[in-house]
Amino acid sequence: MSLTKDRVMELETLCRRFRTDTIALLHRLQTGHAGGSLSVCEILTVLYMECANISVDNRCAPDRDRVVLSKGHAAPMLYRCLSEKGFFPLEELETLRQPGSRLQGHPSMGKTPGVELSTGPLGLGLSAGVGMACANRLQGNGACVFVVLGDGELDEGTVWEAAMAAAKFRCDRLIAIVDWNKVQLDGMTRDVMPMGDLRGKWSTFGWNVLECDGHDIAQLYDAIQTAKGLADGKPCVILANTVKGKGVSFMENTNLYHGKAIDDDEFSRAMLELEGAENA
Amino acid sequence: MPEALRDVYGESLRRYGLANDRVVVLDADLATSTKSVLFGKACPDRFFDVGIAEANMVSMAAGFAACGYIPFVNTFATFIASIGAVSAKCLIGYSHLNVRLMGGNNGLTGGYDGATHHCLDDINVMRGIPGMLVTSPCDPVQMDWLVQTLIDDYRGPAYVSISRMGAGPVYKAGERFTLGKAKRVCAGADATVFACGLSVPRALEAVDRLRQEGLSIALWDMFTLKPLDEEAVRDAARETGAIVAVEEHSVLGGLGTAVAEVLAESGLAVPFRRVGIRDRYTESGSYPQLVEAFGLGVDAIADAVRQTVARKKGARG
Repeated sequence: MSLTKDRVMELETLCRRFRTDTIALLHRLQTGHAGGSLSVCEILTVLYMECANISVDNRCAPDRDRVVLSKGHAAPMLYRCLSEKGFFPLEELETLRQPGSRLQGHPSMGKTPGVELSTGPLGLGLSAGVGMACANRLQGNGACVFVVLGDGELDEGTVWEAAMAAAKFRCDRLIAIVDWNKVQLDGMTRDVMPMGDLRGKWSTFGWNVLECDGHDIAQLYDAIQTAKGLADGKPCVILANTVKGKGVSFMENTNLYHGKAIDDDEFSRAMLELEGAENA
Repeated sequence: MPEALRDVYGESLRRYGLANDRVVVLDADLATSTKSVLFGKACPDRFFDVGIAEANMVSMAAGFAACGYIPFVNTFATFIASIGAVSAKCLIGYSHLNVRLMGGNNGLTGGYDGATHHCLDDINVMRGIPGMLVTSPCDPVQMDWLVQTLIDDYRGPAYVSISRMGAGPVYKAGERFTLGKAKRVCAGADATVFACGLSVPRALEAVDRLRQEGLSIALWDMFTLKPLDEEAVRDAARETGAIVAVEEHSVLGGLGTAVAEVLAESGLAVPFRRVGIRDRYTESGSYPQLVEAFGLGVDAIADAVRQTVARKKGARG
């Protein structure tokens, strides 16, 4: 069953707040990755708020669902979602990337409540997800493992080693979601490393392939629920079409704001757009 | 014919792994060589051959460990310490995950396969990962104890450098060890030899030979390279006044380096010598040929000890 219109609107409102909070935070701190955090906003929001069985109460349960943010540089948006879920207070976000903080520049398992795997070096998360999915099956639980990948990350050969392994080990409770924003640090993905037929690649590696608008809450929800419902022995990837820097016009579709600090002028312009959207 | 350590490992892993359903075993298409195949045949449900994809294998192990399993990850030492290193460092070490990284064909035991299949830097790589237990057993009794300990007792990331070959047993059946504590093989007054892996039985032969020459040499098995038994090093320096470290590894970053660090920081300026590979690539050959050619044999160890003892006497004179 799809989400109700009211619930979709609630989640859209939440996403606007997450974007505003994240840009304001990264401006205050003068560090952190804005572009990828903005593009992955709806993906993480739908996972944490709707689709994944994750909560503070079940955080130690062996049969909980797990979310692995393989594109670890989008940590600011992950932390915003985890604070919303109650894993730590919202105010703790102010400590992001600072000495002594539980909120490291890239997610650190064991330090940050709710983080299921340390990530940062790209290309490792899907492999760990395969291990988790195999472990869940050994334990006989039906938990899902969601691995959120960047599209630039797909340059890493280990992603495709993991893709083969997931198919071999019939990990049908493993769901990969590609934040397909078409931009990476050095430029457009088609220029830095052309991926060719991405749908065909995953398909020939033995995966079910779904595609959706990665900023459309209803579409994302439907795609994830469809993926959860598939029990055909194949892992499933959702290619979520997104826009890097989504929500701030001058940050969109460019590599300029992958990881650079946001200056005061940029911040003012960004807030006009984000708060305008919030108040619309 | 001494029992090869890889065969002992495979049998121990099968035996203790079968008894503990938290153990899972991964291999990257070398199971018949690393001997993880013995577990794989006995327990196919908990055995995962990932194909020739070491990086994926080590990261998969992190996922298993995150879900409460004790994964044993098997491939050659040279691959696990290079292709597997980023996951060992950033996933496993960083989060102190309960993964056992098992590096087979350590040192020169890849023999005829040549330099690409020898491993002279695994100890160096793994020592650099905070919280990583680094070990290299020297004989069947110790190998078996170590596998059991890594399943039943130890919690945290561990690396084991495993020889493909065997040597005369050093220990009697039932001998017990303590992780992080050097094991005294024999006592002596004129110098102390620290060794690990198959260098221990070779050093034992050298020490026996030197005894016939009237030299009394202590031998300690430093099977735990990290955390290093620093106290044993300091005590040996004070008691015998001369130290030799012997390893089938580069002299850069391995046992000799670790011992030198302790001596230097303790201000114990005793005559000291490292026996290991001197910053060079190796080549193809039989294992015994290579051990001799690269200065790791019984003669070379005995020479190094004699020279170190002589330096001590020279310093006193």
